[in-house]
Amino acid sequence: MSAVAGRTSLGPWVGLVLGVLLWLGAYANLTAFADAGLALLGLERSSHLGEAIHFFLYDTPKVLLLLVGVVFLMGVVHSFISPERTRAWLAGKPLGLGNVMAASLGVVTPFCSCSAVPLFIGFLSAGVPLGVTFSFLISAPMVNEVALALLFGLFGWQVAALYLGLGLAVAIVAGLVIGKLGMEHHLEDWVRAIRVGAPPVLGDGPPTWPKRLRAGVDHVREIVGRVWPWLLAGIAVGAGIHGFVPEDFMAAFMGKDQWWGVPAAVALGVPMYSNAAGILPVIEALLGKGAALGTALAFMMSVIALSLPEMIILRKVLKPRLIAVFAAVVACGIMLVGFVFNAVL
Amino acid sequence: MKNVKVLGSGCRNCETTAKLISEVAAAKGVAIDLEKVTDMAAILGYGVMTTPGVVIDGQVVHAGGVPERGKIEGWLAP
Repeated sequence: MSAVAGRTSLGPWVGLVLGVLLWLGAYANLTAFADAGLALLGLERSSHLGEAIHFFLYDTPKVLLLLVGVVFLMGVVHSFISPERTRAWLAGKPLGLGNVMAASLGVVTPFCSCSAVPLFIGFLSAGVPLGVTFSFLISAPMVNEVALALLFGLFGWQVAALYLGLGLAVAIVAGLVIGKLGMEHHLEDWVRAIRVGAPPVLGDGPPTWPKRLRAGVDHVREIVGRVWPWLLAGIAVGAGIHGFVPEDFMAAFMGKDQWWGVPAAVALGVPMYSNAAGILPVIEALLGKGAALGTALAFMMSVIALSLPEMIILRKVLKPRLIAVFAAVVACGIMLVGFVFNAVL
Repeated sequence: MKNVKVLGSGCRNCETTAKLISEVAAAKGVAIDLEKVTDMAAILGYGVMTTPGVVIDGQVVHAGGVPERGKIEGWLAP
């Protein structure tokens, strides 16, 4: 009996240690793996095809490893923070402090865009101010773990940190602006008439650590299981660009000398959705060909934060005027980020 | 007969949850009356903010994400 009990309580920890060791071992041997793969194919890095394949063999495992690591950690973090808890923390917080908290909590609170509408109404009904609710709704999809893991893997931790900081800044400022505009009467009437029930008491209690680790594994399965085909396709296109497109090819379209580059990137990003995993590797390759980082960052943020499907969902609760203000404020924030980056770097 | 409501706007996870519940009920031989609630006002009336949610005989037992099989078996136990 005690042996069985010992195994059930130790199993997840042994799994965690093994997983971490395996992860570290794989991460330390990325270049060796790519070199060996290339040698196996009988190719040299000096050829176009060899360079493209080496890029693919190096980037794919690296990004996948980082994605698995970050998504696992985020799955564990999610087990500590539920949307109900976030709502309780934000209720009655004033503009300013509330916006900063909402944007930060948006990063770590489990969020699915299909729950955006009930979440939105649930927040408002609990006394979370409209501007604070928007800070959460902007930050939660934009600063997500997939984007951060990919940025980390493809561009380095500095760019990932910049994206995190600027994404939070855009969410905080946009929420503040919307809050200051006092647009509460631009909610659809049924939203204001709705009566939200008391939050249910679920008899689960706080999860145990093995359950939290399990949640991390489940999160990896769900997220990585969904994005890996996009990621592979993106890296393959990126590899092609890396090996075959001439240097400075992109400077004419996405370089920092074109003032229209940033607005064009933002406009182009709106109709694109959910393909962030496929787009980021392509952008990485384009950066190597003369695209400017600010323009690329603006494009990424626009792809992730401003999407047509999300606006259609939000249209159910917001009148057109408020949707327009939301899109305009966020787009301005993103463009500002793009311009600042192109000017500074 | 247990009355089971799946609360959700019709997203993929809500469909999966409803399917999983009917599967478990069939496997256990429990008769259930499964209902999908998609009306947002009704969902929020239960106090559920994150979908899918599950209501058994008027009691919210789950919210946010597809429930584990073991949990469903527990709800459907007599």
